[in-house]
Amino acid sequence: MSTSTSPIGAGANVPAAKTTSKAPHPVVAAPLHGAGSIVVENVAKATESTAGGLPVLGRPTGKTDRFNGMTGAQILLQMLLEHGVTDAFGYPGGAILPTFDQLYEKQLNFILVRHEQGAGHMADGYARATGKPGIVIVTSGPGATNTVTPLATAYMDSIPMIVFSGQVRSYLIGNDAFQEADVTGITRPVTKRNYLVKNVRDLPRIINEAFIIATTGRPGPVLVDLPVDVTTGKIEDAVDDTPYLPGYKIFKAGHSKMVKAAADLINASERPVLYVGGGAILSQAWPHVREIARKGNIPTTTTLLGLGAFDENSPLSLHMLGMHGSAYANYAVQESDCLIAVGARFDDRVTGNLKLFAPKAKIVHVDIDPSSISKNVKVDVPVVGDARLCLEEMLGLIESRPRSSWLAQVARWKAAFPFAYKDDTALSKPQAVIEAINKVTGGKAVFTTGVGQHQMWAAQFVRWSIPRSMITSGGLGTMGFGLPAAIGAQVGRPNELVIDIDGDASYIMTAMELATMSQYNLPVKVAILNNRFQGMVRQWQQLFYKGRFSHSEMVNPDFAAMAESFGIRGLRCHRKEDLIQCVEEMVNHPGPCVVDFLCETDENVYPMVASGKGLHEMELGIVGSAAPNSNREMGTLA
Amino acid sequence: MRHILTATVMNEPGVLAHVANMFSARGFNIDSLVVGRTEDPNFSRMTIVVTADERTLDQVRKQLAKIVTVVKVRDYKETPYVSRDLMLIKLSAASSSRSEIIELAALFRGRVVDVGMSSLMVELSGEEEKLDAFVELVRPYGIRELARTGVIAMSRGAATNAAADEEVRTDQRPATARAAVRQPLSGKRQPTQQELEATPPG
Ligand SMILES: Cc1ncc(C[n+]2csc(CCOP(=O)(O)OP(=O)(O)O)c2C)c(N)n1
Ligand SMILES: [Mg+2]
Repeated sequence: MSTSTSPIGAGANVPAAKTTSKAPHPVVAAPLHGAGSIVVENVAKATESTAGGLPVLGRPTGKTDRFNGMTGAQILLQMLLEHGVTDAFGYPGGAILPTFDQLYEKQLNFILVRHEQGAGHMADGYARATGKPGIVIVTSGPGATNTVTPLATAYMDSIPMIVFSGQVRSYLIGNDAFQEADVTGITRPVTKRNYLVKNVRDLPRIINEAFIIATTGRPGPVLVDLPVDVTTGKIEDAVDDTPYLPGYKIFKAGHSKMVKAAADLINASERPVLYVGGGAILSQAWPHVREIARKGNIPTTTTLLGLGAFDENSPLSLHMLGMHGSAYANYAVQESDCLIAVGARFDDRVTGNLKLFAPKAKIVHVDIDPSSISKNVKVDVPVVGDARLCLEEMLGLIESRPRSSWLAQVARWKAAFPFAYKDDTALSKPQAVIEAINKVTGGKAVFTTGVGQHQMWAAQFVRWSIPRSMITSGGLGTMGFGLPAAIGAQVGRPNELVIDIDGDASYIMTAMELATMSQYNLPVKVAILNNRFQGMVRQWQQLFYKGRFSHSEMVNPDFAAMAESFGIRGLRCHRKEDLIQCVEEMVNHPGPCVVDFLCETDENVYPMVASGKGLHEMELGIVGSAAPNSNREMGTLA
Repeated sequence: MRHILTATVMNEPGVLAHVANMFSARGFNIDSLVVGRTEDPNFSRMTIVVTADERTLDQVRKQLAKIVTVVKVRDYKETPYVSRDLMLIKLSAASSSRSEIIELAALFRGRVVDVGMSSLMVELSGEEEKLDAFVELVRPYGIRELARTGVIAMSRGAATNAAADEEVRTDQRPATARAAVRQPLSGKRQPTQQELEATPPG
């Protein structure tokens, strides 16, 4: 931006007062003229640094004639390449054909999916696995509406993604034309920003804005709706492609006073707990999280989306907390005198009954989104900013302290209440399958999941240690996410082992993407924990609906044969003696492979915090049976 | 508590829908919402009246500010301001009561803008309470039709709310704290009000 050719010198350190309103498309979020509270980094700066390791703008912006003579579709392709896009996912149709014609030359690695929902989840999995924004290209009407679930999924988990959808010609909009849908209207609540491009001359600027919005600050999905006359229309003379985002704020470093206040609080605490969410992954704050924990001897728990931010092999690890989190994480939070939330949002699955949550703790909250702070839980020291930058600064202020009695307490809890299951049935327990996968891979793979019991067991029984190795739909809980997300992750990380740990019901929701996997020979491994039930629904029906299993039993196809019919290796693992061998065979198979692990049906996920209960009031189930005496209350171990 | 907020928003389709949607999706209640043009054709101004406690107001403010097309949010909790509501009211007015109504309207500095055989239309502007009082006074005559614009508001004094002014991005703090120092380009930002309010550990 400093080399901008904009007539008003975008990016120059001039206060943008007044000038902005005169220029047609003036400076991007004008340079740091914020009086007072917020640092809005000059976007040029924000884009040099990264959201996920990638420059957002490939080149300076400003008034330019480099698009002269180009159609909208040509501009789109060229700008995608300039923004560093190497892969995209999608499905053609009439209204997007001009763009697809540009894809014919294969400058982009384009993955043709079988359903647009698949494209969306693939782009999402790709983004989570790589940190780069996921790109989707689909047609108008049904093509676009099929991306709503993936958009909502990405929105809830703050995943950078851009959907380009075709739209009917702009003069037909509003006439109920064939395959017309009000896509910007439909997707507004599930996108960080969406656009209907009305004139090809706006397209370059909007594409730049879309990348900035998707990847900076709290990331999220953006949709750009492209009428046919925009993708076929030509730019004839110079246009300004400078992003114009006067209302957009990017928080960078936290305020030093608050960082200091947070560090003081932590240093003074006897029983601190770090509670780390997906934001720590998005901002690449994991080295700092680990270092702060090590330096201060602070036990650390993660949310479902935070798994991998901390090394669970460390004695300081409390593993996951919350509804199905570890007993020791939940006990530690309830006993803590200082809870340090990093990139986490106090979701109800994490806190249980809010009134009973962390009753003894002062709360520090590091988050980039000011609206997350004190939304659910009253925060004592808020630090608004990028988690990595905030922790970087905090690190120097954290005092090295032994905290031996707190660590001893944590160790006692860990010894008494490990995740557990009883291997007492003829069929494999689902947890045993995950243990076998963990054993064979050493946890060194990229994992995706569906939603349900298997997802929770994956969280509990894989020993997470690597950031971006757990890819799962947390906020929205989208069944059918696992397979397409795994395909996207494999596209982004072609040389790594990618395993979808899926449930039978989740898997079959998007199983048609096997055809995509097969077509591109993507060596994704799928481990289906087949309990012939929507297990999580069965668990709730058993516990809260008197065992009336209303429409939760699944009659499944032969998953192995089904995979084979797609040209994919299909295996069956029906005997628990064969578990390790089957996992090895799956992992060692060079191409895509689906394994149907037949599992016990009547197994429930524990611990479990029932709704309305505090974290310490969780049902321990089998997890409590390892406790040294019959008294399973946390107090007796304290 | 009743609060007035203004939001300077980008002048493009969908922004109103976005704001309205956000209110309903998050369960915030809007008493009134007015959108209109401003001194700058690139921006519109929304005046929103909400009934909310402090915490909800804080969330409303933050959630509004989070919308990318919302440029600036301001509440008038601690600022002296002028607010106005505009009303057209059509009353049954038999010839016997006509002069009384005209007198009442004059007392309220209203204007009679239409006269029919059996009706009168009065235009009245002012603070909401004043309009409410007038409505109650004339109710006995028979209200045939009533339309109000909802409240617009503006702070007193020289400070402005212009989208492009220097305070554009100070919306995370209530107005009183906003007279803050300007930001050095390389410097750390000032704490938000919320951060300021937070008690540092003792
Ligand atoms: C799209 C969608 N529909 C419904 C649900 C509700 N739901 C949550 S878990 C679950 C059952 C999942 O079954 P399965 O994939 O077999 O996993 P299991 O619990 O058996 O491991 C259901 C129906 C959901 N999360 N997503
Ligand atoms: Mg199942």
